[in-house]
Amino acid sequence: MKELTYVRPTDARDAVARVSDDPHARFLGGGTNLVDHLKLGLLTPDVLVDVSRLPLDEVTRLDDGTLRIGTNVRNSDLAAHPVVRSSYPAVTRALLAGASGQIRNQATTGGNLLQRTRCVYFQDVTTPCNKREPGSGCSAIGGYGRYDAVLGASEACVATHPSDLAVALAALDAVVVVLGRDGERRVPMSDFHRLPGHHPETDTTLAHGELVTSVELPPESALTRASDYRKVRDRASYAFALVSVAAALELDGDVVRDVRIAWGGVAHRPWRAAAAEEALRGETYSEEAVRAAAELELAAAVTGPDNAYKIPMVRNATAYALRGLADRSSERTGATR
Amino acid sequence: MDTSITLTVDGRRHDVVVDTRTTLLDALRERLAVTSAKKGCDHGQCGSCTVLLEGRRHLTCLTLAVAHDGDEIVTAAGVSALEGGAGDDAPTSLHPLQEAFLAHDGLQCGYCTPGQVCSAIGMLDEAKQGHPSHVTDDLEESVDPADLDDDEVRERMSGNLCRCGAYGGIVDAIREVAGGAPREGQPDRPAQPEREAAR
Ligand SMILES: Cc1cc2nc3c(=O)[nH]c(=O)nc-3n(C[C@H](O)[C@H](O)[C@H](O)COP(=O)(O)OP(=O)(O)OC[C@H]3O[C@@H](n4cnc5c(N)ncnc54)[C@H](O)[C@@H]3O)c2cc1C
Ligand code: SF4
Ligand code: FES
Ligand code: FES
Repeated sequence: MKELTYVRPTDARDAVARVSDDPHARFLGGGTNLVDHLKLGLLTPDVLVDVSRLPLDEVTRLDDGTLRIGTNVRNSDLAAHPVVRSSYPAVTRALLAGASGQIRNQATTGGNLLQRTRCVYFQDVTTPCNKREPGSGCSAIGGYGRYDAVLGASEACVATHPSDLAVALAALDAVVVVLGRDGERRVPMSDFHRLPGHHPETDTTLAHGELVTSVELPPESALTRASDYRKVRDRASYAFALVSVAAALELDGDVVRDVRIAWGGVAHRPWRAAAAEEALRGETYSEEAVRAAAELELAAAVTGPDNAYKIPMVRNATAYALRGLADRSSERTGATR
Repeated sequence: MDTSITLTVDGRRHDVVVDTRTTLLDALRERLAVTSAKKGCDHGQCGSCTVLLEGRRHLTCLTLAVAHDGDEIVTAAGVSALEGGAGDDAPTSLHPLQEAFLAHDGLQCGYCTPGQVCSAIGMLDEAKQGHPSHVTDDLEESVDPADLDDDEVRERMSGNLCRCGAYGGIVDAIREVAGGAPREGQPDRPAQPEREAAR
């Protein structure tokens, strides 16, 4: 590890100024990803600006019903928050399906969204990787491909985004509040993470020095309350997703009044399945319709022999997640299907 | 860069100069000779470095010591002084959870044990505060440590690996201390002879 200066900024503005002014400075949150990267030699910053103690650690309901989550709310506290549990269960389920109890106590909301891919080559400095070293090549293409993206990948990078939380936030139309040199800006989750294109070294649309200060969830609704998260992984616990699904479903009798579907483990960013949602909205709910909608969304998928399993897996996981929500909906209304 | 920090570990205050790059785990083990926090993987994957940091279970390998200036740490060597433990003046006695690990054979080589013990104490406290887990059916239902079944304990402790595979005993020990220890032959846990036969 390279020589390193550690600073505790006085407030968020001070933190932003310190990192914006120095290309070799980085924000430090809970450290569960960044400290690992220091050890692995993936990252060689000169300065760490520790934002984890800034007083951005509250969950507050704004007058219009928006739920504001400070960036320093730890993953465990967000998962256990009574309002999140009852009104945005997909968020609690996604968090509880990730990492371990200890790590969730340490990991912050902003740090979770900005964690980097678990691509095995990205984490191994002895192999070429465009994300780590632009222009060096991609070892995953033609290499170990089991975790590769099936949607939106490029010739430069086929990595997937590892966050569970981000997938739930994408489904629920969350907004990330960001502080930069020129003040605050609000970035919808759908614009927060990027596809790799020619620049896989850049995961998000944030500029260097922009600080996540909070994440906002829209006011709770029938849809947010009927949300869920399903994750498929190699072990029952403490493993990253092979694929995952965040979903929300509002039925009017048998008719889909509204639906949200986002996928994890399939792309360089949480993948909002907008075409599948569109195909289902206003239609009669059935498992066949859900599978057909997933198929439509997956029409553009590109797979190799190692990751072709992800197509039926994400389709089945989507059907499973929505069936669970539909069953609960009919339990509530006494409808039979 | 060298920085002077203060850490309180198992009730003792230490002023120590550390390089900024030193992890909390290395500061404890190499600088303060507190070896009850174990280094297993050094990458957040095994839980053997778990301590109670400001009262909550926390890894020490994925965090820098400088980020914890002023913090209070309790390791497995200090848990007997915690509430529910034997108290300060009995430093050689054990916390009930440690006793239960012994009684239920919740260990073999013992390397993962200090991390398991700290994690279990932190986990039971989370349950007491009503935190749900991945296997909790109803997120809105209240949670009570005594109601945690084997699946709940296993899920909540999944961040602590045991190479010796002492998991069965670990789960029994934790459930005993949680107040919901299974009786022999209870359906969610095979009775002893069956388990023996399955080995
Ligand atoms: C063994 C293991 C298993 C895991 N399993 C899972 C899993 O199953 N699912 C899952 O989703 N995650 C998993 N994780 C990842 C974990 O969730 C992330 O490491 C964690 O959420 C990162 O948060 P942090 O606060 O520790 O971030 P840090 O490590 O401190 O920072 C991560 C990145 O975010 C930047 N950053 C931090 N805060 C801010 C901010 N406020 N504004 C802008 N940038 C910021 C940092 O500069 C850094 O680039 C696992 C991690 C480990 C070690
Ligand atoms: S898939 Fe992306 S992260 Fe993995 S080796 Fe290729 S460029 Fe690097
Ligand atoms: S040594 Fe910290 S988790 Fe393995
Ligand atoms: S007792 Fe040996 S690793 Fe757990």
